[in-house]
Amino acid sequence: MSDDTPRTPDEHGVPDPFPYMHPVMVDNYGKWDHHERPRPGVLHHVSKTGGEIWTVRAGTQRQTDVFTLRTMMDIADEFADGYIRFTTRSNMEFMVSDEAKVEPLIEALNKAGFPVGGTGNSVSMISHTQGWLHCDIPGTDASGVVKSLMDMMHDDFIKEEMPNRVRITTSCCQINCGGQGDIAINVQYTKPPRINHDLVANVCERPSVVARCPVAAIRPAMVNGKPSLEIDEKKCICCGACYPPCPPMQINSKESTKLAIWVGGKHSNARSKPTFHKLVVANLPNNPPRWPEVEAVVKKILYTYKDNAKDWERMGEWIERIGWPRFFEMTDLAFTKHHLDTWTGARKTMNQSAHVRF
Amino acid sequence: MADMKIHPTPDLDELEKGPWPSFITGLKALRDRPDSKNKEYVNDLLGQLQHSYTNKMGYWKGGTVSVFGYGGGIIPRFSDVAEKFPASSEMHTLRVMPPAGNHYTTKLIRDMCDVWEEHGSGLIAFHGQSGDIMFQGCTTEKVQVAFDALNKMGFDLGGAGPALRTSMSCVGHARCEMSCYDEQKALRNIINEYLDEMHRPALPYKFKFKFSGCPNDCVNAIHRADFAVIGTWRDDIKINQDEVKKYVSELGRKYIIDHIVAMCPTRAVSLNDDDTIEINNKDCVHCMHCINVMTKALSVGDDKGASIMIGGKRSLKVGDLMGTMIVPFMKLESDEDFEELTEFAGEMIDFFADNALEHERTGETIDRIGLPAFLEALEIEPNANMVNHPRTSSYVRTDDFDEAAEEYFEKKAEKSAAE
Repeated sequence: MSDDTPRTPDEHGVPDPFPYMHPVMVDNYGKWDHHERPRPGVLHHVSKTGGEIWTVRAGTQRQTDVFTLRTMMDIADEFADGYIRFTTRSNMEFMVSDEAKVEPLIEALNKAGFPVGGTGNSVSMISHTQGWLHCDIPGTDASGVVKSLMDMMHDDFIKEEMPNRVRITTSCCQINCGGQGDIAINVQYTKPPRINHDLVANVCERPSVVARCPVAAIRPAMVNGKPSLEIDEKKCICCGACYPPCPPMQINSKESTKLAIWVGGKHSNARSKPTFHKLVVANLPNNPPRWPEVEAVVKKILYTYKDNAKDWERMGEWIERIGWPRFFEMTDLAFTKHHLDTWTGARKTMNQSAHVRF
Repeated sequence: MADMKIHPTPDLDELEKGPWPSFITGLKALRDRPDSKNKEYVNDLLGQLQHSYTNKMGYWKGGTVSVFGYGGGIIPRFSDVAEKFPASSEMHTLRVMPPAGNHYTTKLIRDMCDVWEEHGSGLIAFHGQSGDIMFQGCTTEKVQVAFDALNKMGFDLGGAGPALRTSMSCVGHARCEMSCYDEQKALRNIINEYLDEMHRPALPYKFKFKFSGCPNDCVNAIHRADFAVIGTWRDDIKINQDEVKKYVSELGRKYIIDHIVAMCPTRAVSLNDDDTIEINNKDCVHCMHCINVMTKALSVGDDKGASIMIGGKRSLKVGDLMGTMIVPFMKLESDEDFEELTEFAGEMIDFFADNALEHERTGETIDRIGLPAFLEALEIEPNANMVNHPRTSSYVRTDDFDEAAEEYFEKKAEKSAAE
């Protein structure tokens, strides 16, 4: 074997977590009995054999530089026990086996600029996507939208004053990698793709692009003597599905890429079954660097929920109780023809009863 | 690097204001700190990001980059505006699978930082929506050496493209009393058994497993996973009546009635006159609400395992699909139980590989062929827990209804004889 033969990978797969797990969690693995939340941002778990652990949860910027990570590790070494973990929403959790370590740890985190919260009935970190920083098809920059919104909701992260937990997501295209949320802020395209016919034949596998369209609006065509694709713009739903397999079908533009806000998505099975989020506002401008129009709508929805929902009602459950007419009324948002679903199964989303609210 | 011309970043500067930690401040540290090893790269990266903020457009294109021996796991990005920002013209991401449950020592994170400072941009995301650690910003030349360094530490690339994808589990057994099975064991057993499907993409499209320890589903498995494993239990909710009484005395009867009794989806809970609680477990759907409210008084039962829901995904191409109940209960305690789960997972992957069309997710395949055909292929008996209600359309041929009913009663008799 010559020296320039690349190294064959060790196919480790998913690493064993136990070497990296706090010893109290190792000792009490599968033996936990109950928990309580002594204050926002702190969880206290007690095991069946009397083991105890306190968890302090801190918000992060998710896209983190090595210097910030090392600062957090310094805090974990000095004020916690040298172990950390991450939640699915990119919050960092510090575990300590001694209650006396909780307050100094919180102080150190706050001093270094990390908010402590995100537990219980708070607004946790927004789960989000890559955006302009790294994605190949983004309509906006999720990290920027998230930073702007988390600044606005900073207090709601560090306190537990919402009716129930609030899970917000953002996504930079309609694929919606950010996922379902109580509130979701997602890119919504408003114009059909613009095709660069000079590039299609060389860049795109045309039959698979045709197959990708959910409404069969794309067909092969010869344009200016070159094999290309054309779009039936009357059929096109501007979903952007053709853009990833065929970059010459540019779906984004400075003006036509907009943001839409959706509400009432819920992962948990608690009380009601899991739900998908529903459209409430479309056509908000994609307005970096702080997206003020988006912020205003999110604020209105969030605080209307906060002021009116009952304890333990999630956003969607609150709306289910008060009804959509009142939701649109209370939030000063318009109900339009675009709120009426037109996709497969749309009928099931209509009110097929005489239940009416006035 | 005294001669490095700093790109102005007027819009990005606005994202340094406000109380939330700023990713821009972090990027600027990589650009400006004297001890940074990635100044020029990150300067151009910030320049390109500002260019995006100015023009409201993205400027990365995909491509093909991989490491020796693997077909996936690297997300290649080449800049469309490389002439303006040459240092960061290649900004590939290494998707690396974290320890199951996202546990880290400070030493591990520091070691990862050292590798990424040396071979990459110094920017890491814990974690991407895929569940991977995202080592962001690597040149084509450095991808192999960066991977080798992480691989020698015991870490491996995750999934990308039409392949088995990186999985996620909740904290579960490690720190949660609601956990109904060992999520981390289930995740590692399955992913590591079928790892070849991750490293050498050959499936019709992506296939995702997610593991939540209870129906609170903290990893969003039902919405997002082709194969969602959701912990549950078959026996009664456990009640500590002394703790119940404490809750009643602290919160008041009205609160308990309004927020526990009235919010139970099947009206299975009632408050007794002596401030104890009564649960009709036959009516309970295992939603978790009462347990979430009274964490010290109520807890999941002892006869634990998981439900398996198949076919969740987001919009492309037929619209959103929620995972559908396929296995209402699978016991998950002994090693044999876990082997059975792994085996079933393999059958699902095989079914997907054999039957899905290109770029079709499992849920879409099931919609196309119908649930009965899917159940038959996987040799699963129909179960009334699979539906909200039986069919309402009469358009079905039922000439073998009697045989199917007979089979149902036979199975039922066999089951009760076994118990």
